[in-house]
Amino acid sequence: MTFVHTVQAGRITVAVSGDLDLKTAAPLREALDGLINRYPDRQLVLDLAEVDFVDSSGLGVILGRYRKLSASGRSMALSGVKPPVWMVLELAGVLSIMPVSEYLPRNPVRDGRA
Amino acid sequence: MNRVVLRFLSIADNVGLARIAVAALAAQTNFSVNDLEEIKVAVSEAVSNAVVHAYPGRRDGWIEVACAVNQEGLTVAVEDWGVGIEDIERAREPAYSRDPERMGLGFVFMESFMHDVQVESTPGQGTRVRMQRLVTWSGELSRDAQ
Repeated sequence: MTFVHTVQAGRITVAVSGDLDLKTAAPLREALDGLINRYPDRQLVLDLAEVDFVDSSGLGVILGRYRKLSASGRSMALSGVKPPVWMVLELAGVLSIMPVSEYLPRNPVRDGRA
Repeated sequence: MNRVVLRFLSIADNVGLARIAVAALAAQTNFSVNDLEEIKVAVSEAVSNAVVHAYPGRRDGWIEVACAVNQEGLTVAVEDWGVGIEDIERAREPAYSRDPERMGLGFVFMESFMHDVQVESTPGQGTRVRMQRLVTWSGELSRDAQ
């Protein structure tokens, strides 16, 4: 798993790559908490375009950060969400509590042609 | 019919190994890509529970995943020989968790993504979670049981 963050215009964007499960939950939580504390006025956007799998351990990290940010009046959003991840977020009710946008391929195939 | 038994230590790295192996076995029958994704989540939850709860603080406990696939579907049994569950009904309740970061959604996902989830546990001896996923033409599970 890798995390790449950029800070711009009131927003911390963290691009995550890899599966979000029991193995990766702790390092992701530490990385996100570090950024949330380091940039106390900014909102958090998690870019999940390179994430193909999330289970309840990964979801726990996302919802835990959401709670933490909400408690201090800050917001959080998810972008680049692929179908297998979307399915889990939907079942857990995440879609109704924070903005979530779906994955858009960089080179979309239209009418069967690239 | 095909059968696979995996036996591995209670280490978080093995959660991904187990779900990928079970999904690869399940792909031998007529599951859709979406079905396989749901099976992966259910297996990940059952194995994560065993790693986190069965052997707290230990990396030397054994976990066994036994699965069978045929034209009708997949059965998966995740077994450990750890501390066991005192109150299975409570453990299966949504939002029940001993770890505030884990949200208590593990059994919710297992029950939502599989057709049948049975839990047997004896405190001090271990736990066995047996799950079944049937091949369905629509590819959609009935979530009436929720």
